[in-house]
Amino acid sequence: MKRLIDPASVFPALASMAGITLFAVLFLHAESQEAVLGLSAGAVVILLLLARFGWNTLAAASFAGHSRTGQGAVVIGVLIIVAAFYDQHFPLLMLATVLLYIVVCLGLNLQFGYAGVVNFAGAAFFGIGCYTAAVLAGHTALPHLLVVLAGGVMAAVIGSLLILPVLRTYGHYAALVTIAFSILFRVFIEVNDALGGPQGMRVPGMEIFGWQLNDSLAFGDIEISFYANYVLLALAMAAVAFMLVRRLERSWIGLNLDAVRLDETACAAFGIDVARWKITAFTLGNFLAGLAGSVYAMMTGFVAPNAFTFGDSLILVSIVILGGIGNPWGLTVAAAIVLMLPEKLQFIQEYRLLLYAGLVILILLFRPGGLMPRQVRNYLPGWKP
Amino acid sequence: MSNTLLACDSLSMRFGGLVALNQLSLSVNAGEILGLIGPNGSGKTTFFNVITGIYQASEGRVDYQGHDLARMSAQEIYRAGVTRTFQRSRLCLPLSIFDNLMIGNHRRLDHGLWFNLIRRDAFRRQFEEQYAKARELVRTFSAPLAERLLEAAGSVNMIDRRRIEICRALISEPTLLLLDEPSAGMTHEETRELMDDILVVREHMPGLSIIIIEHEMNVIERITERCIVLNFGQKICEGPYAAVAADRQVQEAYLGTA
Repeated sequence: MKRLIDPASVFPALASMAGITLFAVLFLHAESQEAVLGLSAGAVVILLLLARFGWNTLAAASFAGHSRTGQGAVVIGVLIIVAAFYDQHFPLLMLATVLLYIVVCLGLNLQFGYAGVVNFAGAAFFGIGCYTAAVLAGHTALPHLLVVLAGGVMAAVIGSLLILPVLRTYGHYAALVTIAFSILFRVFIEVNDALGGPQGMRVPGMEIFGWQLNDSLAFGDIEISFYANYVLLALAMAAVAFMLVRRLERSWIGLNLDAVRLDETACAAFGIDVARWKITAFTLGNFLAGLAGSVYAMMTGFVAPNAFTFGDSLILVSIVILGGIGNPWGLTVAAAIVLMLPEKLQFIQEYRLLLYAGLVILILLFRPGGLMPRQVRNYLPGWKP
Repeated sequence: MSNTLLACDSLSMRFGGLVALNQLSLSVNAGEILGLIGPNGSGKTTFFNVITGIYQASEGRVDYQGHDLARMSAQEIYRAGVTRTFQRSRLCLPLSIFDNLMIGNHRRLDHGLWFNLIRRDAFRRQFEEQYAKARELVRTFSAPLAERLLEAAGSVNMIDRRRIEICRALISEPTLLLLDEPSAGMTHEETRELMDDILVVREHMPGLSIIIIEHEMNVIERITERCIVLNFGQKICEGPYAAVAADRQVQEAYLGTA
């Protein structure tokens, strides 16, 4: 295929995005279990066939050479999906959820993909953002943009309580600290009546400068689901978080984070402050999780402790591993698969944790780099010596 | 004698009951190449680990340009201009060769959030400047390797990895370079080439002093100006290689008593 199509052209990237968008629309549109299964199986076969003909290296080269256009195509793809389901709540809610989860996973990717700080409390930090929004939006008159910001700051601040034990322990032990925190968080919320206890709390819808995100837009006869508002907001957040993580990776800071993960002794011998970079990654990652959480709470209108279990944290971690540790594009794709598949395939629902566990084991055994393995750092896209 | 760059005064390092360095006193002159030899377990690598801050000395001082290295962290020691290579390679293999060199260049780079995230034009300038510098340094060791800087360090062979490690220690232009058995796992011919390259680099960096731990005695003979022999954490002999090799105590330490 390389002989037919110039890998330097923008065509493979655009064609890939068009294909993915078309598939997403068909997939979200499918009602019967047979249709969903058929589409999923079809997608796997087509992807394997394309890979056989070298399409994925072609598309990767094309994306790398036209990163701006490629990112624009992704945004347009999301907008096309919104247009295709403009009046249906469920697909748009799912789309917004995927985008917010991408923000959380970008944070986790900073933490353990780069700095090597394993965090099994992703859902707890997401939950801190949710509860911050519930309390601040429900009981104060704080502008909602500040509420969202406060959600992120709160997650980062509470996360800093964990910094000392995380810095003082290595590998598995640091992971245990975060597991303990994740369980602690849920128990704390459940027994705390001021935060609604096990029943949870209502959260008012979001309002930005007079724009009520919970109001449906109507143009004449056409009524647009209010979830479209949240999709747009989540899309903007995901895009900014993506750029942030990308730039961080493509800088000396990204190099420091990688060095901290790979060899702490060598780091020390070359003046790299291990604690400083672990704290930076951990705090920034938790901030992103809290940010996404506060928007999620206002979108769903309700928070309850059973949405932030250890199992949910595991799902977040598995998204990063499945996508390819350290690759922001990988986790974007993995988040879409992991969140949408069980929603559409009802019979999977009960077995979803089992399914993820199996998938993660298979990936670690046969493709340790994930679906889209990370490449060597490219500081300036398109730069050649 | 010329002026002293580094002076250890009764330096000791104990691990529980094990005395790895026992009241060691020695000095390194500015600009010299000092060989550090001795049988396995005599405390050579421990000495490196103590003066680079990896271990905290149990007692004693290490005077270096007005600092006491025994009381400083590894990071501070690096910033004061002391760099090293490791006996067992400590490269970050999944990262590119250039990345590994830049780890060694830490003190010359700007690590601010604002600089790295927002001022991408300034970042680009610094990147290009550092890339040219890295390429020039690696070219002294190997021209083909200098064209492969953006490949993963894990994709090159052992000799090139050793070269990268030495370049990583050299790129920040240190005052004192510590080489921990650079010839390990290499043939005589490769070792000879590597030593020639190091001597070439040293000519470009006139102030550079080197301490080298080595078991290849012809390397020591050829490149060092002075040797210190350790045994059981103590200095047993000191002088030019020929004198040291002829010393009875040294022969006993290596071969055992007859």
